[in-house]
Amino acid sequence: MALAEPRPPAGMAILPVLRDALAAGFVALALALPMIGFETVDVSGGGLGLETRFGAVAVAVVTVMVGRIALSLIAHGAAVPVLAVSVTVTGFALYRAIGGDTVSGLVGVAAAVLSIRAAIAAWRGLPWPADARLVVPPAVVGLRRALPAAFLALALVFPFLPFVDQRVLDIAILVLTYVMLGWGLNIVVGLAGLLDLGYVAFYAVGAYTFGILADSAGFSFWMALPLGGLLAALFGILLGFPVLRLRGDYLAIVTLGFGEIIRIVLLNWYEVTGGPNGISSIPRPSFFGMPFRASANEGETTFADFFGLEFSPMHRVIFLYFIILAMALVVNAFTRRIRRMPVGRAWEALREDEIACRSLGINPTNTKLSAFAIGAGFAGFAGCFFAARQGFISPESFTFIESAVILAIVVLGGMGSQLGIVLAAIVLIGLPEFLRELNQFRMLAFGAGMVGIMVWRPLGLLAHREPTIRLHPPRGTESRGAEGRGAEGRGAGQ
Amino acid sequence: MTALLTVEHLTMRFGGLTAVDDLSFTAAAREITAIIGPNGAGKTTVFNCLTGFYKPTVGRLTLAHDGGTYLLEQLDGHCIAKDAKVARTFQNIRLFARMTVLENLIVAQHNRLMRASGYTLLGLFGHPRYARAEKEAVELARHWLERTRLTDLADWEAGNLPYGAQRRLEIARAMCTRPTLLCLDEPAAGLNPRESGELNHLLQAIRDEDGVGVLLIEHDMSVVMQISDHVVVLDYGRRIADGPPEAVRNDPAVIRAYLGEEEDEELPPEIVADLGGTP
Amino acid sequence: MEYFLQQLINGLTLGAIYGLIAIGYTMVYGIIGMINFAHGDVFMIGAFIAIIAFALVWTTGLASIPLAILLVLVVTMIFTAAYGWAVERIAYRPLRGSFRLAPLISAIGMSIFLQNYVQLLQGARIKPLPPLISGGVILTEGNGFAVQLNYTQMIIIVVTVLLMAAFTLVITRTALGRAQRACEQDRGMAALLGIDVDRTISLTFVMGAALAAVAGLMFALYYGVVDFFIGFLAGLKAFTAAVLGGIGSLPGAMLGGILIGLIEAFWSGYFSVEYKDVAAFSILVLVLIFRPTGLLGRPEVEKV
Repeated sequence: MALAEPRPPAGMAILPVLRDALAAGFVALALALPMIGFETVDVSGGGLGLETRFGAVAVAVVTVMVGRIALSLIAHGAAVPVLAVSVTVTGFALYRAIGGDTVSGLVGVAAAVLSIRAAIAAWRGLPWPADARLVVPPAVVGLRRALPAAFLALALVFPFLPFVDQRVLDIAILVLTYVMLGWGLNIVVGLAGLLDLGYVAFYAVGAYTFGILADSAGFSFWMALPLGGLLAALFGILLGFPVLRLRGDYLAIVTLGFGEIIRIVLLNWYEVTGGPNGISSIPRPSFFGMPFRASANEGETTFADFFGLEFSPMHRVIFLYFIILAMALVVNAFTRRIRRMPVGRAWEALREDEIACRSLGINPTNTKLSAFAIGAGFAGFAGCFFAARQGFISPESFTFIESAVILAIVVLGGMGSQLGIVLAAIVLIGLPEFLRELNQFRMLAFGAGMVGIMVWRPLGLLAHREPTIRLHPPRGTESRGAEGRGAEGRGAGQ
Repeated sequence: MTALLTVEHLTMRFGGLTAVDDLSFTAAAREITAIIGPNGAGKTTVFNCLTGFYKPTVGRLTLAHDGGTYLLEQLDGHCIAKDAKVARTFQNIRLFARMTVLENLIVAQHNRLMRASGYTLLGLFGHPRYARAEKEAVELARHWLERTRLTDLADWEAGNLPYGAQRRLEIARAMCTRPTLLCLDEPAAGLNPRESGELNHLLQAIRDEDGVGVLLIEHDMSVVMQISDHVVVLDYGRRIADGPPEAVRNDPAVIRAYLGEEEDEELPPEIVADLGGTP
Repeated sequence: MEYFLQQLINGLTLGAIYGLIAIGYTMVYGIIGMINFAHGDVFMIGAFIAIIAFALVWTTGLASIPLAILLVLVVTMIFTAAYGWAVERIAYRPLRGSFRLAPLISAIGMSIFLQNYVQLLQGARIKPLPPLISGGVILTEGNGFAVQLNYTQMIIIVVTVLLMAAFTLVITRTALGRAQRACEQDRGMAALLGIDVDRTISLTFVMGAALAAVAGLMFALYYGVVDFFIGFLAGLKAFTAAVLGGIGSLPGAMLGGILIGLIEAFWSGYFSVEYKDVAAFSILVLVLIFRPTGLLGRPEVEKV
């Protein structure tokens, strides 16, 4: 990539740029010709037919060439115009994609990724104070401090805002579930640096704990919740104990395998899990024993009756919203606090250098295990909530893709950044729910986004790390070291 | 002189290669012991055996101080720092690059803080004992920051420090574990003469004021000859000389090991000067 | 006994396919030390390109089946190799020297992208490939059970053996193979000695993708159906095979592939089909815990 090249003093050579673009176009042709150029279609009688889409191939090749030129322009300092054009193209292409045009969707995703790239370059190119790139302007620092409080205030009043109906609130609950999962996984991936690709397994353990206990022993949500978390944490310890000494990438694959094993067992252990049919009619949470129903059973008082309200199905949704909000905030408060504990600092130290940790007397296995178990426990709590909200669970909800989505939220948000995870969950989960027509492009954009972020901003969009302790009071401006390192680290690590 | 560390018959083989061969020596408390030798002599392997990264093929490594006697070859890696109180630095600096300087020093006090926080549980609920312990930890860190001239940089990310400061921070971090034996793997590598001179003072102070035994691998002869009380010379994994610096400096076996086998040849005067002798 | 023989043949066929994919994992791991998580999806793309190529060949009315297969083989290898090259260039090359989990996360992103890319372009439904080659040889018969080695299985095993031989020659005898082995040992030094490291790594991906393409073609021939999700499971099992054989070792990858194929065939044959994937994953976990260097791998010494 042309990133590391120094900026030429003026102008740019046209020829090399064109040559790059042609080469990229040629490769794009080779890639597009078989997969885009021909579409396999079913023909009657069980054979295989083909339809051609050569026009789309041309669009793809041109898109790649234009994209390549745009990247060259960015590298030569023209990020802002590129950003403007690419955002426009993104909007237009996605608008057409809503009409069901696949090729427009692909173009839209490409333009969106290019927009990310241009935005990052534009941000870096802003006229920072002359003394160093290491200083963040006070306005940014102030915004960074105020934003979490603003989010919290918004979250607290959100269900009562005038435009919020049941559909919007349902989406908000979904987003919050992923925020909680993201914050939980962040302990494992962001703080302790352990890549867990089977996180959804612990979510499943929590959900099935509640499902099975409710089905067979009549447990209520509030009784099952602590058990779900504990059992998931226990699973985390059982899995973690043998595998946590493995190297990072092996650990990732083993956790992936473990996630799949759990799913296959859930799918095939009919007597207990109901197999592919799952478990249905799981009871909803009650408000201190008061159900959210139009009419009470014998010996019960409904929520609406007790408070003298008119019954409305919204009550239950609002209640669910506050349950998951509270659960997510607990995870957040826990994470913020434990970062200042010795074990939290040891997690981060392990992420940075395990060998140095051992030489300082830190037991790596126990420390990793604690992060793994705590992360698993939070997934278990979230799983219990999921079961209670859906009222129905089946193995389909716990596939690898689910783990990948949660990981994408953590990675895109900026590993270790609590606020970044909230933003990523809103963008990755919330937006596609509103634009359901674009749903088919969602995972495509997830994948492309993960690659793009790793290539261009490996520490995530919000990579700022707040120190857990200071010797000197902050001076309004602060070290922007993390961002500087993103670029340097690439050369230094070789 | 009491032996803090006693190494007996240490042998380390990797497949067919014998990196350290039947090595025995002692290092005393309140002394600086240097291990020198040409490249590939097995110096770092000795360190890795001492600090638990390798399990020696044969040998006994005994560490004895007021807190008890430990057989290092039988301890788990992290217990060597935790119980036997041996701290080390690394040839290629290993800092927690994205954490601040101060955080690096606090992490070094992990086990003490862990106990004070009731293994996290009490600390999580804001027990005052943990707050007190953390304050003490910061004070110890501040002490070492001052002695390594890093106080102003305390809130910098460790990865952004200049090279010399990173070396000093690694020593400060090792000292924050409150060790009885400090093992330094080429601490002067890459330092300029002024920094190297400061390092000498720091190490002497660690020996004299803090009473910590120092075990040092070094190539820089000026450091070795000026500050060490006792030098062990390795070549091809064997000990070829052992004694005070003046004796080692003039030992023919050492000169041979460093300069090759041609015994008849007169040493060029500048090399003798480098070794610290008088031509 | 007859049943056992039949499972043995099935297992060997399956193992040949896994082995071909596993070589891609093991080569890439050897040279840049990363798990190319998207490799399974490159295999899946190979399978799709193969069925598209078959459909194209039919429209030309080519009658000779061996010639058609050969043609499809070449076309599939070339176009899939382009995907292998592009994946490396876009998702991995810019990340060399980034923090250690970055390439893996990027690879996961690439895998998700490729799956959805194919799903969008070719549809989510299963694509059938009508049986091209029918019949086979009946080896023995007894207890009312005939042990059959069908022609597809024969082709798969023969092609795999031929490719393995050719491939071993490339690695041990050619300048490219030497450059690859040099980069494996010490990339910096290889660069200093004038080896174009970028090109060598690219070619490694191209070769891995071409072999995965062959595996994809064989998968399509053997099972007769292809969908956008086949890369996930096959990739994971091939990775297991690479680890079992000792990651970084080419004969290990082939051995591991055959073992995984046999285990899967026998497990399905004698225990339960539902849990056959659990068997493969469990082996992965057990190998990594108890013998992380695999059967033929070299031990890694931790550098401090």
